[in-house]
Amino acid sequence: MSDVTALFFNAEIMAKTAGFLLDGLWMTVLLCLVVIPVGALGGLVVAVLAALKRRWLNIALVIYVDVFRALPPLVLLVFVYNVPPFAGYKISELEAVVIAFLLNTSSYYGEIFRAGIESVGRGQWEAARSTGLGWWQTMGWVVLPQAVRNVLPDLVSNTLEVAKLTSIASVIALHELMFAARSAQQATFNYSPLILATVIYFVLLWPVVRLLSRLEHRKIAAR
Amino acid sequence: MAAAGRHILDVRGLHKSFGTLAVLKGIDFRLRERELAFVIGPSGSGKSTFLRCCNRLEEPTSGSIHVDGTDILAPGVDINAVRRRIGMVFQSFNLYPHMTALGNVTLALRLASRKSKAEALEIGRAALARVGLAHKAQAHPGELSGGQQQRVAIARALALEPKIVLFDEPTSALDPELVGSVLQVMRDLRETGMTMLVVSHELQFARAAADRVVFMEDGVIVEQGPPEQVFGAPQQARTRAFVARIDGHR
Repeated sequence: MSDVTALFFNAEIMAKTAGFLLDGLWMTVLLCLVVIPVGALGGLVVAVLAALKRRWLNIALVIYVDVFRALPPLVLLVFVYNVPPFAGYKISELEAVVIAFLLNTSSYYGEIFRAGIESVGRGQWEAARSTGLGWWQTMGWVVLPQAVRNVLPDLVSNTLEVAKLTSIASVIALHELMFAARSAQQATFNYSPLILATVIYFVLLWPVVRLLSRLEHRKIAAR
Repeated sequence: MAAAGRHILDVRGLHKSFGTLAVLKGIDFRLRERELAFVIGPSGSGKSTFLRCCNRLEEPTSGSIHVDGTDILAPGVDINAVRRRIGMVFQSFNLYPHMTALGNVTLALRLASRKSKAEALEIGRAALARVGLAHKAQAHPGELSGGQQQRVAIARALALEPKIVLFDEPTSALDPELVGSVLQVMRDLRETGMTMLVVSHELQFARAAADRVVFMEDGVIVEQGPPEQVFGAPQQARTRAFVARIDGHR
């Protein structure tokens, strides 16, 4: 066995650490299942509130979105994890990740939803309102379905980014896939677990990438 | 012919400004039940704005508007309830592209009128039948011609059983060969006694079907009367100039 094979593609070590990595994979999947819906929902709330066009609310929303889009997510996560203990609250790793991701991803999702809402013409609003639908009814039944459809590729693209971003949870020792791979690497003095994790990430996310490509092509074709 | 009947629409001293630009400069207008009035005038005369004030898609700057006896500008008025009694048909149809024709027609029945699903479907199908499109109930707007789309939009307005229907240039976006089907629906609607206020350039239709023609220019009503008078023997110089101009174009 060459040195490179032994150090990077060591089947024996991969087999030995696979179970450990699989535990990490489940945590990564769980993280995605929590932070993606929470972030998307948060973004939807931000975008719908912005569409109300209330002056002070809009100023607050612009500040919120700007601040959390400007902060590097890793910095935000470390901050959210380390500051609450000083206020007397021991925050769990999972809580910290969910909160940091909500702040970060809702800002991005919010901008995407907002672009979608703005892409729906004024005529749709007027038609719905002229039949006696209220503002919220118009938003929910007429505008949002079209808005989401108009920005679907961007939503999927952002979701892909969020899924990959869950790997930063490893820095606060949350036992997800990246953390498992790094731990296994350090325990075995071997890079094979990292290669295995890379393969797992790829297998997990490649279908999403394919879906995104198809959506983007369809959007171009629809023009 | 429609001299009897109460006023469905009663507009007094209507002013509308966009910033410093005065678009409506004191409109007084009353429309009786079952009456069909045509509003004509050069572009920029304020006719669309006038129409859009009647259901408060535009907020009037001052004046009063009563629809079927309700002061629609009164503070605290339930504008959504008011709008259910005022149908509106737009130049660009504005159908909901993500819904079928039937879905377009039944949405407000379900959400605004709070009808049961079965009842909404029944009313919706009947409304589509009235415009000759019962067989297109499951088609999406993208699968319909412009004329068919506009007829669905008319059905959407009719489904709510409005007291009056406002038409904002309903045929201006249509190819010439599709205009006839929409005008036919409007003619049928008139036969049923619907009160209608129409902004349009279809002057032949106005001559044949309107009870009254209203000529607007520069934010005021210059002249109004039966079509034969406004087109045949206009009293005002500005009306004469406009009628001569459009006659020359035909």
